[in-house]
Amino acid sequence: MAKEYETVIGLEVHVELATKTKIFCGCSTAFGGAPNTHTCPVCTGMPGSLPVLNKQVVEYAIAVGLATNCSITQYCKFDRKNYFYPDNPQNYQISQLYLPICRNGSVEIETEEGKKQVGIHEIHMEEDAGKLIHDEWEDCSLVDYNRSGVPLIEIVSEPDMRSAEEVIAYLEKLRLIIQYLGASDCKLQEGSMRADVNLSVREKGAKEFGTRTEMKNLNSFKAIARAIEGERTRQIELLEEGKPVIQETRRWDDGKEYSYAMRSKEDAQDYRYFPDPDLVPVQISDEWLAEIRERQPEFRTEKMKRYKEEYGIPEYDIEIITNSKHLADLFEATVAICRQPKKVSNWLMVETMRLLKEQDMEPEDIRFSPENLAKLIALTDSRAINSTVAKEVFEVMFDKDMDPEAYVEEKGLKTVNDEGALRKTVEEIVAANPQSVEDYHNGKQKAIGFLVGQTMKVMQGKADPAMVNKLLKEMLEG
Amino acid sequence: MDILKLTAVELAARIKAKEVTVLEAVEAVLGQIEKKEEELHCYVTVDREGAIKRAGEVQKAIDEGALTGPLAGVPVAVKDNMCTKNMLTTCSSKILNNFIPAFSAEAVIRLEEAGAVILGKTNMDEFAMGSTTETSAYGVTKNPWNIEHVPGGSSGGSAAAVAAEECFFALGSDTGGSIRQPASFCGVVGMKPTYGTVSRYGLIAYGSSLDQIGPLTKDVTDCAAILEVISSHDTKDSTSVERKDTDFTKALVDDVAGMKIGIPRDYFSSGIEPEVKEAVLAAANLLKEKGAIVEEFDLSLVEYAIPAYYTIAAAEASSNLERFDGVKYGYRTKESEGLHDMYKKTRSEGFGEEVKRRIMLGSFVLSSGYYDAYYLKALKVKALIKKAFDEAFEKYDVILGPVAPATAPKLGSSLADPIKMYLGDIYTISVNLAGLPGISIPCGMDKAGLPIGLQLIGNSFQEKKLIQTAYAYEQARGAFVKKEGN
Repeated sequence: MAKEYETVIGLEVHVELATKTKIFCGCSTAFGGAPNTHTCPVCTGMPGSLPVLNKQVVEYAIAVGLATNCSITQYCKFDRKNYFYPDNPQNYQISQLYLPICRNGSVEIETEEGKKQVGIHEIHMEEDAGKLIHDEWEDCSLVDYNRSGVPLIEIVSEPDMRSAEEVIAYLEKLRLIIQYLGASDCKLQEGSMRADVNLSVREKGAKEFGTRTEMKNLNSFKAIARAIEGERTRQIELLEEGKPVIQETRRWDDGKEYSYAMRSKEDAQDYRYFPDPDLVPVQISDEWLAEIRERQPEFRTEKMKRYKEEYGIPEYDIEIITNSKHLADLFEATVAICRQPKKVSNWLMVETMRLLKEQDMEPEDIRFSPENLAKLIALTDSRAINSTVAKEVFEVMFDKDMDPEAYVEEKGLKTVNDEGALRKTVEEIVAANPQSVEDYHNGKQKAIGFLVGQTMKVMQGKADPAMVNKLLKEMLEG
Repeated sequence: MDILKLTAVELAARIKAKEVTVLEAVEAVLGQIEKKEEELHCYVTVDREGAIKRAGEVQKAIDEGALTGPLAGVPVAVKDNMCTKNMLTTCSSKILNNFIPAFSAEAVIRLEEAGAVILGKTNMDEFAMGSTTETSAYGVTKNPWNIEHVPGGSSGGSAAAVAAEECFFALGSDTGGSIRQPASFCGVVGMKPTYGTVSRYGLIAYGSSLDQIGPLTKDVTDCAAILEVISSHDTKDSTSVERKDTDFTKALVDDVAGMKIGIPRDYFSSGIEPEVKEAVLAAANLLKEKGAIVEEFDLSLVEYAIPAYYTIAAAEASSNLERFDGVKYGYRTKESEGLHDMYKKTRSEGFGEEVKRRIMLGSFVLSSGYYDAYYLKALKVKALIKKAFDEAFEKYDVILGPVAPATAPKLGSSLADPIKMYLGDIYTISVNLAGLPGISIPCGMDKAGLPIGLQLIGNSFQEKKLIQTAYAYEQARGAFVKKEGN
């Protein structure tokens, strides 16, 4: 009988914090500058330069720790991790080993199997490295230190996950918590959230863990799920063939759906960690901790509860809207202006979601402002534009975030509410379509729809359909 | 008037009084450099043109009344491990043979803002690792008192330059005695301030938790005046301390009545040369005659300071020196196959023997499996040494002792036996481990005519007590004159 295997997974998640400046110098963390333009002697490791800790990094790390039920290390230190590589300008990375800022936390995840706690071993602060670019033509390597010194937190989970579903649920949960805190935008594609997967398999019921491998280069949830499946299969095959799993770091190739060994434990380096003497220990007072606790935002569970009570929108809508901090913020800000939760929710749930999907965007990428959405809702409420025009205006607004009032005015999209003018058009339409008039009188109610459509066409969509309907009925019945 | 005989503070006063121009001072000292360098080799780099150009600018600022401080117009030499913008900074190492920093060290900026004129960069032991200035990749510096002897180290070039009147004062750095010991060997005043008093920003690190910049000067008055200028609370250095008591010249008071001075018995028990012992105890007597209360006491743990120091300093150095890899600046090996070969060859060729020895030692004590046994234990010793000093300072204002067990050794006699050389640091390194201020002032000569230094150690942030005691001693001692022919 075939053996049954259990997958044991732990995650190391790196999150780039949303500070304006780097962790140890005043350089910008902005993404996408020309190479080596966001640099200074500190983040390029020039002789004589010294690091100075960015307080905001500590605050974000504490905030994430509190939100994931960690205990905060009130006396914590930075350590140097020594290894030679050109993306690392000092040849040591400033990180935390001995006294990480957060320890012993957990988050609750929910999958089809039910609810479950995933333990967090620790969260530590560290600096990001630069980026190496291998120039094949010139046969040389170039390095860009713009990323060097960008603050990261590394969230190390316990080996508590058993499936790709649980891993995805855990990552979604972390992402949401961190986005709610405003500590990072957590974009896997752009690398502001990165996950390394530690995976081992063991026979179901076994007490001991199997030998684990660590997989890197996972830059989407789909890739993570595929990598877990692929690595699980690879390890089971090895065990079935009686071969050992080697403890090593592997690189996932999502195109080939296979992982490749990068380095084994035997060539693992001794990082010679020791406390960085250039930095003083971080002392986190009870007062500081209390201040950060005080500032913690409303998280999703509380928000969902409040939405139900305060806005009375459907639970399904609440589920979707609160699944993105940006969407929830947009919703609340728009409702605060127009006081019409259901209508705001509709715009977000239907048109916004459709366009996001069409354009392969995340809710975080939404550009339009709550002010403009509120204006659009006001335009439809006052019947200044009809719903078809509103959808068209919205599409433009989704792309450009322009003022819908000004746009409607400029493009002459306002609904014609002038009964006299409309009546004239309707009369012409009725006169031009005797067949439809006859059909209507013969009981074909649908014929009126055709006449409405014809009128709207002539009016270039700017007529109030209800008024057109009313006028047509008057004319046909009369 | 012989300009070269003036102290820094005297020279500034003459310049202010328009008796001497800045250019005259600079030219006088450049003339002395011309005359002495071939024999002594105090400097790695002399910036003649820069100094002359700067002399004009400073003179103008003085004439306009923009510069009025006690160092305005005074030519200074800077140890070659402090970054100087647009001026070669080598740490006396081949690996930095072409390194021109894009910024200046904070201490250098402080001096420039006070109107000092930088003459150049002084020779040192490579990366400040050594006690003789013989580990420099650019040749040895000789002791101006006797050119067959070393000037001490690692700030040997700075100490010798002050002693040979090749500058009016110099900056040095002190990780385990690197200011005080060469000051002692060259018969000048040298001070290591409390850790955190002078910004380390721009000082190319050796042992970050121990390194401090300090002055090497002709007398205690200069020492106080310069310390006043270079000390600062620098937000670019996390270990910099905010102090309100940096008006050090206020402590230049000739009065030690009631000052409690403790002499550690352990410092005189063994290994010290009789002449050194005699001179230091004579100095203590002189202070006693002036009204100080002098008594002996037992300072424990003295023998543990050396192993603890070499463990901690080497550990930090092994990491601090990793950035010298041939990638972005400095020396790179001519031919290599691949990245790791480039690293290996660059560092093998670029670093000298003593630096490699300490990198290996430091890498070893930080290796997994040895970290607890060596590095952590050394940190514990460090804490205990600090505690021993804390207890001593409950009873005493100042601790008095020798700077080194012997006077300057002959050239070429030290490097063959590094352990013996390390043992010579016994009186200075515990001061760094405890982060305390220490000052070295000349207190005598041995039979060969080589200077002997007196060390005064103060509690953290008590530089003023040191300056006051040293000043009072200096007044009682009288002029410390070099032997004929120099």
